[in-house]
Parts: sequence; C-alpha cells; structure tokens
Amino acid sequence: MIDIERHTIAVLVDNEPGILARVVGLFSGRGYNIESLTVAEVDRANGLSRITVVTSGTRMIIEQIKAQLSRLVPVHKVHDLTDEGPFVEREMALIKVAGKGESRIESLRLADIFRARVVDSTTESFVFEMTGSSEKLNAFITLMEPLGLVEVSRTGAAAISRGPASFSLARLPTV
Amino acid sequence: MPAEPLTGADIVIKALVDQGVDVVFGYPGGAVLPIYDALFKQNSLRHILVRQEGGAVHAAEGYARSTGRVGVVLVTSGPGATNAVTGLTDALMDSVPIVCLTGQVPTHLIGNDAFQEADTTGITRPCTKHNYLVKNVSELARTLHEAFYVAKSGRPGPVVVDLPKDVLFAPGPYCAPEEVRHKSYRPQLRPDPARIAEAVEMIGRAKRPLFYGGGGLINSGPEACARFAELVRLTDAPCTLTLMGLGAFPAADPHFLGMVGMHGTYEANLAMHGCDLMVAVGSRFDDRVTGRLNAFSPGSKKIHIDIDPSSINKNVRVDLPIIGDVGEAMSAILGAGPTALRSSDGAARAEWWRAIEGWRARDCLHYDKSRRGLIKPQYAIERLYALTRDRDVYITTEVGQHQMWAAQFFKFEEPYRWMTSGGLGTMGYGLPAAVGVQIAHPDALVIDIAGEASVLMNIQEMSTVAQYRLPVKIFIINNQYMGMVRQWQELLHGGRYSESYTAALPDFVKLADAFGAVGRRVEDPAELDDAIREMLAIDRAVILDVAVDPAENCFPMIPSGAAHNEMLLGPEDEAEKPVSEEGMVLV
Repeated sequence: MIDIERHTIAVLVDNEPGILARVVGLFSGRGYNIESLTVAEVDRANGLSRITVVTSGTRMIIEQIKAQLSRLVPVHKVHDLTDEGPFVEREMALIKVAGKGESRIESLRLADIFRARVVDSTTESFVFEMTGSSEKLNAFITLMEPLGLVEVSRTGAAAISRGPASFSLARLPTV
Repeated sequence: MPAEPLTGADIVIKALVDQGVDVVFGYPGGAVLPIYDALFKQNSLRHILVRQEGGAVHAAEGYARSTGRVGVVLVTSGPGATNAVTGLTDALMDSVPIVCLTGQVPTHLIGNDAFQEADTTGITRPCTKHNYLVKNVSELARTLHEAFYVAKSGRPGPVVVDLPKDVLFAPGPYCAPEEVRHKSYRPQLRPDPARIAEAVEMIGRAKRPLFYGGGGLINSGPEACARFAELVRLTDAPCTLTLMGLGAFPAADPHFLGMVGMHGTYEANLAMHGCDLMVAVGSRFDDRVTGRLNAFSPGSKKIHIDIDPSSINKNVRVDLPIIGDVGEAMSAILGAGPTALRSSDGAARAEWWRAIEGWRARDCLHYDKSRRGLIKPQYAIERLYALTRDRDVYITTEVGQHQMWAAQFFKFEEPYRWMTSGGLGTMGYGLPAAVGVQIAHPDALVIDIAGEASVLMNIQEMSTVAQYRLPVKIFIINNQYMGMVRQWQELLHGGRYSESYTAALPDFVKLADAFGAVGRRVEDPAELDDAIREMLAIDRAVILDVAVDPAENCFPMIPSGAAHNEMLLGPEDEAEKPVSEEGMVLV
C-alpha cells in the first residue's frame, strides 16, 4: 500500500506575468495533482502574490513538489502548512438554489444552521455565501442538492498558520 | 552619460559585452534586425552564422561545455524561436548555461497572430530554467544581466529573453551587471557542516564505498573535479562516472571503474550493486544509471551531494542529502583530514578491491575481432583514441550506438573535453556542438564521433564549418542503420527492423567535397590507421566515413527493467536473458 497524503502548500511568488502558468505547468508537466489552487496579490509594495495549493501524493512526491516549486526562479518561499504545525484553512463558496415552496424554506433553514449568508434572493431562488472548511462546504452543498441546487462557485482553499509567526513579509531584501 | 541615448538593440550589445561574451551563435530575421544592425557597427562581439537555429543552440552548448562559460544564442521570432526549442530542452536536461535571445513581434502586435509570431515564453516555459518577455526598454538591461546570473548560478540551464522589435528600437537606460541583484534567487552553495561531518564519518566507516560522479562536477569546474579526484585517491575508494561526468576523474587512474549505467562497465555496475556506501556527487540517479529501481544498490547507504534540492530523493531515496556546490562540499569533506576519511578496516577494503578486480577481469568491453575484412566500430574508436592521445583533443558525439562506444573506448583525463547529449539524447547534436567547441578552441583538435543517421539531422552546419574554415573532423561510424534502434528491435521486437535501415545514404565523400571539406571513406581494417592519420594531418574540415560491421551491438547492456547484476555482457547472453514485459514498455 502506498500512503497518499494531502498537503496544503503556500507559495510566495513575484506577481509577474506567467507565474501562474509556471506553477500550473509544473504540476501538469510532472503529473502532480491539484485539488485546489488559489492565487492573489498579498503584498502590493513588494509585488508579491500568494498561491495556496492543495495537493496529494506520496511523501516522496510531496517533497518533490516542494523542491520543484522552490526551484522556480520567481518563487520566494514555499511552506508546507500541513507539515509545519497547526494552520487554518478556509474556503468560500457561492451556492445558488432555485425553487419554491417547502424546499425553498428548507434550504433557508439549513443555511441558517450552517451559518451561510443570503447574498441574493428572488421569489424563486437564493444565493448563499458560505465560508468554512472544504468539508463543511461539501456537506452543505450535498444537502442543497435535493432542494434545488443549480450552481456552485468555489474559491478553493486559502490557508495560514496559527500563532504569531509569519513568513509573508519577513526578510525580503529590497532592491 | 552618453550624448546619445542607447536604443534597445545597443543595450543588448552593451550588456553582452559587459557580461564578457565574445561570441554569439545566431541566425537573423525580421524581428531581430535592429540587433543585427547594432552588431554590424561594433567589433567586440563575434557573430557565428549557423544554418538552422537548432544548430545555434547546440553550438552554444558545445562552446559552454568546453569552456565553462555561458553560451549565447540570437534568433528571430516565430520559427527562429521554435527551431531553438530542441536545443533549449537539451541544455535544460544537461544543465548547460545558455542565454538565448529571441526576437518577438512588436508589443502592440503580440497576441494578434502577427507574421512570424509565436508565444515564445509560453512555448519555452517548460524547456528553460527561466524565461523573460521584455515589454519595456527600461527593464531591458536589468533583465539581460539577470538572465546571465540565472543561467550560470546554482544548477545551470538555458534562459530565454524574448525581445519585441519596438523595444529594440526604443531609447532606454543602461545599467551595469554589478548594479543588478536578483530579488530572490540565491542557490545554496555552502553545504551544511553538520551533514559534512556525518558524511566524513560514513566514508571513514565504509567497508565497500563507491564514488559516483556526474555532470555536476564538470559544471562546478576543474577545481571541483580535482578535489573530487583527491578525495577518491585519499580514501582509496573505487570511482565511477555517468555519461555526463566523463572527464571529471582521470580515466587512466586505477580507481576509475569506467562509466556506470545501461552501457557502463560490468565492474562499475556491479560495484554500484554491491557497495555498502554510495557517494553520489553531482549526479542525479537517472533511469539510464539505476536500472530497475527496486533492485538498485540494495545494500548501500547513500550520500547525495547536489546543488539542486529537487534532485534529492527524486528517483532513489538517499540517507544523507547534502545541498550545495559539489566543489565546496569536496573541500569541506577533505577538510576533515586523512585520518578521519581513510578506512579503519584495511582488510575489508582489500577484499572490496579484490572483488572489483575479479569483475574487471571479465573484460566486459571485449568484442569479437575475428570477422576479418570488416571494421568493428569499437576498433575504429579505439584506434582514433590511440592515434590522438598526444593531441589537444575535444570530442563531441551524436546519439546512439557510436555515442556509447565513444563513451566506453575514448578515455578522458580532464573535464570540458567530452560534449554529448545525455539527458535528451538529441540526434544531430554533435556536428553543431563541434562548431561551438572549435570556435572556442581554434587551435585544438575537435572531433565529432558521429553516426551516419544522426549526422544527417544537422548536416546543414557543414556550411557553417566551411564559412569559418573550421578544421573539425567528422568521424562517421557508418553501419547504415540507426544502430541503437536496430539493436533494440533485435532484442525486443524479434529482429523486425522496421524503418531503421537507411536505404539512400549520401556519398559522404562527395558531400564533404560539396561543402569545401575533405572526404574519405575507409572499409578495410588494415587501412584504418592510415585514414585516421591522414584525417589528422589535414588542417581543414574532414569527413571520414568509416564503414563498420552493420550487425555489431553495443555491450555490455543492462536491458530496460533489469538490475545491475542482470547485465548482458555480449551476444551470447541475449538468448539466455529475455527482456521482461515491464522492461519492454520502458524507453
């Protein structure tokens, strides 16, 4: 049996054209999995973006993924949040449910239990906004299926380590 | 401050000169005309006009690998850039420092499917160490200097700088190389002292050690190779080298077991299989080296010294990884002193050497010399080696059987003398690479040991050879087959020689003549020496077409999917050890 591990990896990169293609191309070219991937600029002054990638593989593959990511020239730092202690992982989803009558009421009731917010409503639909772990989102979406689920948009996971330690801004040389 | 501002094209030339570049291999075209115009107006840079852009990259590789410097390529947009892709991939696989400048359509046309437009940064992203598209002339000088830094730092590799034509015309600022520092890219050169101490301890304790050096030693430089040799001799351990590492340790030294791997020697492969400590230095456990992974060197502890962390534990799990420059690591290990490094168990070491001598006695490179009247390919290379031993010689090769025979029968005593396409296995590499080597070493003897099939893949470079009067020698091992393809068809596909025979080969003597070179053909073993002597005596380019035994196969061989101790030593082993089904699907 080969043990497949799931890891959340945060990558701090120069926000430059093509960087996302480099990272995605590395995963596809070498046959690694991407379960989710998010990217946005996090430090405008230094022009840095943060990519959070959730991936899975054997321990040897996970180590390769980190080494290969570190090898990309515009990559500043690679952190394996799964390995480096406790971390918080959150995902946001927008979930559209259409319907009338009892199922509409039921979807609203469940949304309340899951602490999903209604961000749009018509007489025959709701758009729920929900933030939480990917598992929680999955659970809610599954519940919505029989109640008129018509569309889902998810962000993919964003993650950060717990506690005061930070790696985003520390020790960046200014040129 | 200059009175007139520099244009982008001027900045390109100035940056190359400031980087110490003396020669550029290239081919002009619409998008790079401004650079060619700037080249025309200066005398610091020499431009070598190749006949196809792929040839330019291989020539730059030959230049780089024979000097330890960065090779520079200049090609136009679209087809110029796409033709360079094979060479770039080759340089990436073999870690050759290359800066390749590609022309691009003007910035306002990018994405419009303009004439000779290609998404060069997109196409070359996976086949370069890094690439850049310079959209603003203010970024140009900094980007060029950064490209050189990235190409030669850490594990070297090819870097593409894509230059839109309007950027080349625009006036812009210049900055000197020393003003540019990369934001984040700092490869670790110094090894961790704690791990060095651990390595010293493991080396001192080993009963059956083996040093396994690779191309990283050559890339680190002659100094690193010398320290590696010092360590091997000091510890009195056997040493093997990969195809890319040949020359990193003197072949004449009795510690050298020959090349390791698929067509490596019996003694090197069995030593790898039987050692209790493997010290991998700038080598990457390539599949041609390891054979079947689950049977690879089962009883050994492994130390892996490499500058690239992604090489560690990629194919083979190692016990002690050491990240850093191999030269620095060698110095650090040697710093522990002889007492710590030398084996404490003399008897065990003597026994290890006895085992190795036993394997050596099998004389695995022997070949059947009995078929009178036909030149054996091995014999041709043996004689070439024997007759050039007193010369300042550089060898390039194409890819296939002749390449493996050259690796087995030509002996290299120092680095930078052996240029071959190892990782990618690019047929057509040898002739343009020889052009680059000869440009770098005008007075040296440069020989492309070629196959008749490979050499045709870039035969147009004969025209470059003619233009610059390069006295390169093209030594064709002509068996009329794509020999390695034929060998695999014999071993794995029931001898069905599908498309591996070349029915309409050119007359290489006339071909040489057409390109202003001297052509000779030799078929009789008795005339081989004279033919080689004549080739060496001619101070012009020579094609020597050596007609060899077409049925000869390259041995020893570890068939795909087999382990080191399952080598085929010669034709007599073929029938006994059929290749496994899993082996057949491997390349």
